[in-house]
Amino acid sequence: MTLALSTDSLTKIYSNNLEALKGVNLRVEKGDFFALLGSNGAGKTTAIGIISGLLKSTSGEVKINGLDQNKHANEVKKMIGLMPQEFNFNPHEPNMEILMNQAGYFGISRAEAKIQAEVLLKKMELWDRRFDVAQSLSGGMKRRLMLARALMHKPSILILDEPTAGVDVEIRKSMWDYLTQLNKEGMTIILTTHYLEEAESLCRNIAILNDGDLVEQTNMKKLLLKAKRQVLILDTIEKLTNNISIADCDCVVIDDTTLQVAQGENTSISDVILSLSAQNINVSHLRSSQNRLEALFLSITS
Amino acid sequence: MWIAYKTIVTKEILRFVRIWIQTIVPPVITTSLYLLIFGGLMGGRIGQMQGVDYLDFIVPGIILMTVIMQSYANTVSSFFMTKYNNSFEELLVSTTPNWVILLGFVSGGVCRGLTIGLAVTFTISFFVEIQIHSFIVIGITFLITSVMFALAGFINAVFAKTFDDISIVPNFVLLPLTYLGGMFYSIDILPSFWRSVSIFNPIYYMMDAFRMGFLGVGSVELWKAFLVPCIMIIILALIANRLLSRGVSIKTE
Repeated sequence: MTLALSTDSLTKIYSNNLEALKGVNLRVEKGDFFALLGSNGAGKTTAIGIISGLLKSTSGEVKINGLDQNKHANEVKKMIGLMPQEFNFNPHEPNMEILMNQAGYFGISRAEAKIQAEVLLKKMELWDRRFDVAQSLSGGMKRRLMLARALMHKPSILILDEPTAGVDVEIRKSMWDYLTQLNKEGMTIILTTHYLEEAESLCRNIAILNDGDLVEQTNMKKLLLKAKRQVLILDTIEKLTNNISIADCDCVVIDDTTLQVAQGENTSISDVILSLSAQNINVSHLRSSQNRLEALFLSITS
Repeated sequence: MWIAYKTIVTKEILRFVRIWIQTIVPPVITTSLYLLIFGGLMGGRIGQMQGVDYLDFIVPGIILMTVIMQSYANTVSSFFMTKYNNSFEELLVSTTPNWVILLGFVSGGVCRGLTIGLAVTFTISFFVEIQIHSFIVIGITFLITSVMFALAGFINAVFAKTFDDISIVPNFVLLPLTYLGGMFYSIDILPSFWRSVSIFNPIYYMMDAFRMGFLGVGSVELWKAFLVPCIMIIILALIANRLLSRGVSIKTE
């Protein structure tokens, strides 16, 4: 297994004695789409800050593509692209200049940077706004600008801290598509998000931080298998009576044509539909009452 | 490293040029008022200072005061703003070494000092015929003065936490030191006690050398006038680089 990122016993104690990370051992494979989840204050942003060089760790080791962050600082910085949670650009600068400057800080020539900036601004649908100052952009546009900036020096690892917060559904979908494409092209992506369906649909592996501790690090599919009971909401064609029953499931009639079914451990969705069909009830629509990852996340972190 | 340096300097120049109404126009207006009041209205009554007309005598001081204030103002405000809007993180995550960051910000301060110094000189030329004794002395004095105060502004910005913190030093330290450094008078006319006090004011040496460059008159030997600020530059540069390396007020502890 080739690792894009590994941390060993990473700890961070702030000057106010807040222990934000308590010996975290993270492992992210090359080419992975990795979710780093945790509730507010769990230590995600601190971990990302240390990995990207914005913060100093108290102790522990960070390796990027096998290189020690402290011994090979410049090589490591070239490998990482960071899109932070908070807007951190000069709002009075034109968008194009923000990207060109970032490339310049990495020693990329203006001619080369111009080409890359054009590609990224077009991809982010910001090309028409390239001469506008950043403060004139909407929240979603500012996020896309930060994503473009993080990609200016063509990093091999992209770290995204809440990338789609405040972004509308349409743009979020196009950002997901773009991130998926980057990942398919070989880029390792580490994502923190509060939208758990985003992590579920994009990421292959997952780690969960809780109060500075790494409480889970596994494959997304394996984790989701732990979600034994799923609560389904079914819309039925026929009117429901109060005596609906499905083996190994708990059923609650919500209204005339809406049924809530808590799936048993050994019951499949097909079993539920077949059982209802046997009772002359046909299902028109089906949805989960709660995201599976969300349910697991809450059970792990609570 | 050269590209990173060029990027920072270009960014700094664009920053003060973009807000020229705030950065270039006010010093030009202030200069005109100084010349009108101290030179035109009062100068005739004062007569001569160090053997030259009073209006000619204050010209180098007014230009140098502008260079001092503008070099300082550029680095203190620019670096503080990068901390304030967190855009300094753009540099922190990059491969730009700390000394290049420092050199870039200081060069930005020097460029602003030069630009506005030239604008002020141009304005003065409408009021008085400017004499030039030595371009080299003027150039060296301008360079060491602007570098020194750009460095001082950078250190101020590192420690500044509020906007008040970036205006305290210029208003309560720099301006008095400039006035007391012989901008409007020769320290030769001071009582011996105050003359002794003045020699601890680094601006006095720069002012004297600058006046030497323009008028060919001065109280201090040139090598001394250059040595004092050069020593200050070395000390300030070491402090500023150390602060950057330790991430003081930049990286959360």
